[in-house]
Amino acid sequence: MSSDTLISVKNLSRNYGNFCAVNNIDFEVKRGQILGFLGPNGAGKTTTMQMITGTLAPTTGQISLAGYDLLDHPIQAKTAIGYLPEQPPVYKEMQVDEYLLFCAKLHHIPNSAIAYSVNHTIEQCGLNSVSRRLISNLSKGYQQRVGIAQAIIHNPQVVILDEPTIGLDPIQIREIRALIRRLGEEHSVILSTHILPEVQAVCSHVQIINRGQLILNDTIDGLLNQMQSTHLQVGFHNPPDIKKIQKIQFVESVEIVKDNKIRIQHSIENSPVESLVEQSVTNSWGLYELIPEQRTLEQIFVDLTNANEDSLMNMEVA
Amino acid sequence: MWVIAAREFRSLFISPLAWSILGAIQIILGWFFAVLVEWFLQPEIQANLASDPNASGLTAIVVASLFDWTAIILLLVTPLLTMRLISEERRNNTLPLLLSAPISMGSIILGKFIGLMGFFIIMLAMIMLMPLSLLLGGTLDFGQLLAGLLGLFLFSATLIAIGLYISTLTSHPTVAAISTFGTFLLLWMLDWGGHVTEAQDNILSLSYWSITSHYQPLLQGLFSTADIVFYLLLIGLFLMLSTYRLDAERIQ
Repeated sequence: MSSDTLISVKNLSRNYGNFCAVNNIDFEVKRGQILGFLGPNGAGKTTTMQMITGTLAPTTGQISLAGYDLLDHPIQAKTAIGYLPEQPPVYKEMQVDEYLLFCAKLHHIPNSAIAYSVNHTIEQCGLNSVSRRLISNLSKGYQQRVGIAQAIIHNPQVVILDEPTIGLDPIQIREIRALIRRLGEEHSVILSTHILPEVQAVCSHVQIINRGQLILNDTIDGLLNQMQSTHLQVGFHNPPDIKKIQKIQFVESVEIVKDNKIRIQHSIENSPVESLVEQSVTNSWGLYELIPEQRTLEQIFVDLTNANEDSLMNMEVA
Repeated sequence: MWVIAAREFRSLFISPLAWSILGAIQIILGWFFAVLVEWFLQPEIQANLASDPNASGLTAIVVASLFDWTAIILLLVTPLLTMRLISEERRNNTLPLLLSAPISMGSIILGKFIGLMGFFIIMLAMIMLMPLSLLLGGTLDFGQLLAGLLGLFLFSATLIAIGLYISTLTSHPTVAAISTFGTFLLLWMLDWGGHVTEAQDNILSLSYWSITSHYQPLLQGLFSTADIVFYLLLIGLFLMLSTYRLDAERIQ
C-alpha cells in the first residue's frame, strides 16, 4: 500500500439484523483529496462513516487509516482521525475553550503544544467571541463550529465530517468550506452532505451511495464532463423555418418548444452557437435568448439513484 | 484515562448535584454523630461502661455506628451519582467523541470510575472529620478507625463499579438510577434472609454475597483478607463487564 493512501476500505459490509445497510463497499482516499459522500436518506452514509471512525464495528471487511488496520492497531489508526458525527459531540456544561482543551488532551497532543492548538483552532473556526461561554448557551451554528473545531484540533491526517455545514448561515458556510478546502490540501477529507452544490464547490472526488451500494465513484472533473451540455435553448422574435436552422453546421436535431422557442441538440465536441448567431444577424431572426442547457448535479444524482432502483426492480422481477 | 477522570470530576462540581449531595450527607451524618456522642456521654451509659471490664471504647461505639449509617446512606446516594456516567454520554451523543479518540475502552471505563472515586474520597474525607473531632476531648483507636475507613472506601468503590455497569446498559439516567438502587437494596437485603437458616461464612449461602456483610468485620477492626478480596473481585468484575458492554455497543 502506498503511504499516500490515507483511507482504504475493502469489502465493507454492515448488517443490522436482516437489513443490510452497507453492502460490499470498496474505496480509497489519498492525501490531498476531498471526497464528497452523497446519497439519499438511509443510503448508508452515516453507517459507513461510523465504521471508518471505529464507533461501529463492520460485519465484514477491512478498514485501514494512515496505513494502520483499524482492527489490529485501533489506537494508532484512531490517532489519525478527526470525526464530526451527525450531532456535534459537545459537553453542554463546559465552556468552549475548556471543552477544546479536553479534546486536545484526549487526542494526546503534547503539553507544550496544547495552548497553541486550542488557540489556533478557535481562530480557524471563528470561535473567538464565544470561547468563554457555555456551550449550552450557544446557537446551533456555533455548536456545529465547536464540533468542527473538535475534529481538527489535533491536526489529524484523516478528517471525517458528517454533514458539516448543517445549521450554519451562508457566511459561515463559506468560511467552513474554505476551511475544508485548506484541510484538503494536506489531509484526506471525507464529507457527507445532502447539499449538492457543496460537493461541486469543495470536493475533488465524488461518491454516490444508494441502498448500501456504491453507484458512482468519480473525480469532480469526470462528473462535470458528464454534465456538459448538448442542448441549446434559443428564442427568436421572428422564428425562421426549422429547416434553415437544421442546415447550420453542427446542429444535429431541432425541436420546437413553444411558439418562438427552439431546442437544438448538438454534439459535445462542437457547438453551433457561432454560426447560429451569425445567421440570425444577417437574416434578422431577432435572436433574444440563447441558453446552453446544463445537466445539474441534481439531475445526475436523481438519474443515477433512480436507474439503480430500476435495475434493482428488474432484478427482483427476473 | 486521567483526562477522562479529570473531566468527570470537574463536571460533577459544575452541576449542583454534587454540592447538594455533599451538603445533605454532611448534615444528616452530623446530626446522627451529635446524637451518638450525646448518648455516649449520658451518665448511666458511662457508669455501665465503667463497671464492665470488657466494655468497648469510644471508637467502637461512636465511630462504628457512624460508619454503619454512612454505608446505608451511600446505598441511597450512589445511584444518583453513577446513573449519568455512561448513559448521559449516550444521551448527549458525546459517546462517539470518546469512541473515536485514540484511547481504549478500558481506559474510558477506568477514567469514569476514578473520576467518581475522587468525589467519594472528598466525601469520605469530610465524614472523617467527625470522628477526628473527638480527638479534642478523648483518644481514638486509630487501627479500628483506619480499618473502618478502608471498609467504607472499598464498599463505595464496589457500589460505583456496579452502578457504572448498570449505567452502560441504558441511555436513560433515570432507568439506570432505579435499576442501580434496586440492585443495591437487594444486595443489602441478602444479608437478612441468610441469618435465619444458614451460616454466614459459607460461600454458597446467599447471605455471603450481601455487600454489607463483608463490611461489618472491618468496622469492628477485624481485617480479613477474604473480605478485602471479595470487594476487589466485585470491583474488577463490574469494571470488566462495563468495558465489554461498551465494546459490544459497536457490534450490536
